[in-house]
Amino acid sequence: MYTEKVMDHFQNPRNVGEIPDADGVGTEGNPVCGDLMTIYIKVKDNIITDIKFKTFGCGAAIATSSMITEMAVGKTIEEALKITRNDVADELDGLPPIKMHCSNLAADALKTAIEDYKKKQAEKEKSN
Amino acid sequence: MIYMDHSATSPVDPEVFEAMTPYFTEGFGNASTLYKLGRDAKMAMETARKQVASLINAEPKEIIFTSGGTESDNIAIKGTVYRLKNKGNHIITSNIEHPAVTETCKYLEKNGFEVTYVPVDKEGLVHPEDVEKAITDKTVLITIMHANNEIGTIQPIAEIGKIAREHGIYFHTDAVQSVGKIPVDVKSMNVDMLSLSSHKLYGPKGIGALYIKKGVRLEPIIHGGGHERGLRPGTENVPAIVGLGKACEISEKNLDKDMEHLKKLRDKLIDSVLEQNEEAYLNGHRTQRLPGNVNFRFTGIEGESLILHLDSKGIAASTGSACSSIKLEPSAVLMAIGLKEVEAHGSLRLSLGRENTEEDVDYTIKAIKEVVDTLRKMSPLWCSKGE
Repeated sequence: MYTEKVMDHFQNPRNVGEIPDADGVGTEGNPVCGDLMTIYIKVKDNIITDIKFKTFGCGAAIATSSMITEMAVGKTIEEALKITRNDVADELDGLPPIKMHCSNLAADALKTAIEDYKKKQAEKEKSN
Repeated sequence: MIYMDHSATSPVDPEVFEAMTPYFTEGFGNASTLYKLGRDAKMAMETARKQVASLINAEPKEIIFTSGGTESDNIAIKGTVYRLKNKGNHIITSNIEHPAVTETCKYLEKNGFEVTYVPVDKEGLVHPEDVEKAITDKTVLITIMHANNEIGTIQPIAEIGKIAREHGIYFHTDAVQSVGKIPVDVKSMNVDMLSLSSHKLYGPKGIGALYIKKGVRLEPIIHGGGHERGLRPGTENVPAIVGLGKACEISEKNLDKDMEHLKKLRDKLIDSVLEQNEEAYLNGHRTQRLPGNVNFRFTGIEGESLILHLDSKGIAASTGSACSSIKLEPSAVLMAIGLKEVEAHGSLRLSLGRENTEEDVDYTIKAIKEVVDTLRKMSPLWCSKGE
């Protein structure tokens, strides 16, 4: 049911972990539904320089988390915000239809992390 | 591969396969015909009926062949309540039945019948007094499974059967998971009807049987040429029936040996996994469970991921996690024993069989530890007490 690419990212997930001094953190999902993911980003000169994730969930949840870290690193904030759920699924050569809605949360978590980064930046500027 | 999903299905025993093959080729006759080819098929079928009856201490004429557990359950439940619809419209069952029973009851609810779903306790046991309390003057059928397919809990069927008998109510049990695994005796269990399936006991798929106690009359739900006492018309699947019979004969012969072997493996698996992994729990009853059934749950991880990782290590197992189901709903059985959704997501069922060895179990114990650790390391829900 999963593509080879999904299985590869599931078996050998890239960028697992936390960033203690992250510039932005985003969590999406609900453990009651079986999927919960947190994405951590470091941003320098408007570019995502480091990204890590932690995920509780099924094969698709783990594979999409891993995939988005590869897709987002090195991109500007604006470019990263344009990554959609479908882009992530496409990069993985597709997801089973049933998993498209519930487990394909990585794009949302990345957006939330970027918003968190922007909010923190705005607060910093205010206090300066 | 280490196959640990025998509650889903089991491999066909080579001896069973060998017994079946002549009936696909030279012995292809229709068992209802009069010439020798047909009579031979009929004789093979009647031998199988004796073998099935012997395993559950029934009379051969009390056995009808069906396409499997689901059909047996449907024929028993609908056949009883349709027959007795002028007497009453109330059915009692439990809330951890197989969908073959639950969905049949739900269908009947939409068609004028009333169903009481008796709850189970935290270990998955039905309390006979709860069944007795649910009886009304409209109750025509009690149907409670013998052993649960997910958590392996074995119900006090004889006691429930005694209550049913005292109240003059028909009693059916779905024994798909227990026949051939633990002693099943229709007389001492006080049952009027019992469903069993071939592919759970090393027989072929697509064949099963229904025990109907002498004197119990059912309304047919399938109509046709009158085969199997008119309750399951349709030309008999002779090779599969022969296979089921042979599988029952082998199970009867090996029952004590199999049970001892499986209990030993099961207990080692349970004790070692619970000891080696923190926040690992056993679902179901510790002792009142099928000899080959193990059902764990692990905090902070999701079952589908667990199954996929075990698969890549060559172990076939299953989970009650919603993420692995077609309906995206967690196991109804795990919810019925009081687990939260997030707990049900982290469940793992390993159902052992005759061919599993102690080496298989040792390898599995090690593999589970590795996979659980890997998944917890990436889980935002897991903070090890050790760290």
